[in-house]
Amino acid sequence: MIFAPTPSQTVGPYFAIGLPWPEGPRVVPEGTPGAITIAGTVYDGAGEPVPDHLIETWQADPEGRFADLHGHGGRSSLPGFRGFARCGAEYGDGGFAIFTVKPGPVPDPAGGLQAPHVAVTVMARGMLNRCVTRIYFADEPVANDNDAALHRVPAHRRHTLLAEPDGDGAYRFDIRLQGDDETVFFSI
Amino acid sequence: MTDTHQTVSQERIYAPVADTPAGYVREDPAAHPPLHYPGYKSTALRHPREPLVYLPNTISEVTGPALGEVLPVTARDADLLAQHGGDPIGERITVSGRVFDTEGKPLRNTLVEVWQANAAGRYRHRMDRWPAPLDPNFSGAGRCLTDDEGRYRFLTLKPGPYPWGNHYNAWRPAHIHFSLLGRAFAQRLVTQMYFPGDPFFPYDPIFNSVADERARERMIARFSIHDTEPDWAAAYAFDIVLRGPAATIFEQPR
Ligand SMILES: [Fe+2]
Repeated sequence: MIFAPTPSQTVGPYFAIGLPWPEGPRVVPEGTPGAITIAGTVYDGAGEPVPDHLIETWQADPEGRFADLHGHGGRSSLPGFRGFARCGAEYGDGGFAIFTVKPGPVPDPAGGLQAPHVAVTVMARGMLNRCVTRIYFADEPVANDNDAALHRVPAHRRHTLLAEPDGDGAYRFDIRLQGDDETVFFSI
Repeated sequence: MTDTHQTVSQERIYAPVADTPAGYVREDPAAHPPLHYPGYKSTALRHPREPLVYLPNTISEVTGPALGEVLPVTARDADLLAQHGGDPIGERITVSGRVFDTEGKPLRNTLVEVWQANAAGRYRHRMDRWPAPLDPNFSGAGRCLTDDEGRYRFLTLKPGPYPWGNHYNAWRPAHIHFSLLGRAFAQRLVTQMYFPGDPFFPYDPIFNSVADERARERMIARFSIHDTEPDWAAAYAFDIVLRGPAATIFEQPR
């Protein structure tokens, strides 16, 4: 290490003047075949919705390819696929929704495959650093059973990482920052 | 169909191309604030109580969005003084610096986003009810992409300090919020840039949530006479360092 890292600080209550943009929640363009929504609410330790949170997501396309510039197995060829979503309410009801496609399996470092998942950053006023979690899909039980990251999570907590099908291309994924059924957060 | 996917994916070797590391160094706990910091009251109900689950970096963490391709970033976005019809009121400054990783490698073409209060310490946000004046010529938000040497530069105003209700007579030192995407999901950072010698430093739990004094100093910009716009704007220099590649991926936490 040559340079020491810059410390994290909270995103604060006023990030909405700078960070969100109207197309932010859209991982894929409107009308993309097979598009899904993943929606949920962020709750605090008292079970109250967190109205000033910022969610960011990052994922592969249905073929397991990313939209980044770094050439892992070739770039996604899905038209307009961004791989990234950002949702931040100016002062909302604690809810978020992203418009995306279900990711495909991607390689894991041991040579296997990871179950379809979406990487998630959670930030808010009152959070001095981000929290990182993952969205897995409850309707992928076989892939989930073989996922190395899920194996690291105590079995009784794994359900907090599962988005539940909610009909018609919709999934529900709530995030509980603290308390009963606290969402699993990862140290990456 | 699943079989096809698996064949395609397994053909892809987990061999990063030259400029993509297999993993990033772990976040140094001494360099960052804890998620639970009682002096900052809002952390009480907004931090996980369960331990974080260690996850060695995978392809999902070492890749990341190229948002500069998605957002229309123009030169005007980096000039917070010229976003309206007239001149905003306050002390004109440039804020510039470079974005590096911890290996000293500049991060080029990466998005830097900022937002801040105006010179009176008021945000243009409907939840900011502090009765300091708004400035019709100042929105307080900007963005730019770093150049090939990792440089960024904003033209703006020095923001004012403001009270925030965390405790009796609580004031935030003057600061500019910074958001960085880096090149990988693992490098994501949101921080705040402070100004040298701010008298509110000893009283601010957010600034002091970073326990190590040298780490706190890395959030303080440096006055730089060389970067001033002659006869126009003062200048502050602020370099930002994101976590860099790890030589090896650690299987267990250090
Ligand atoms: Fe602020």
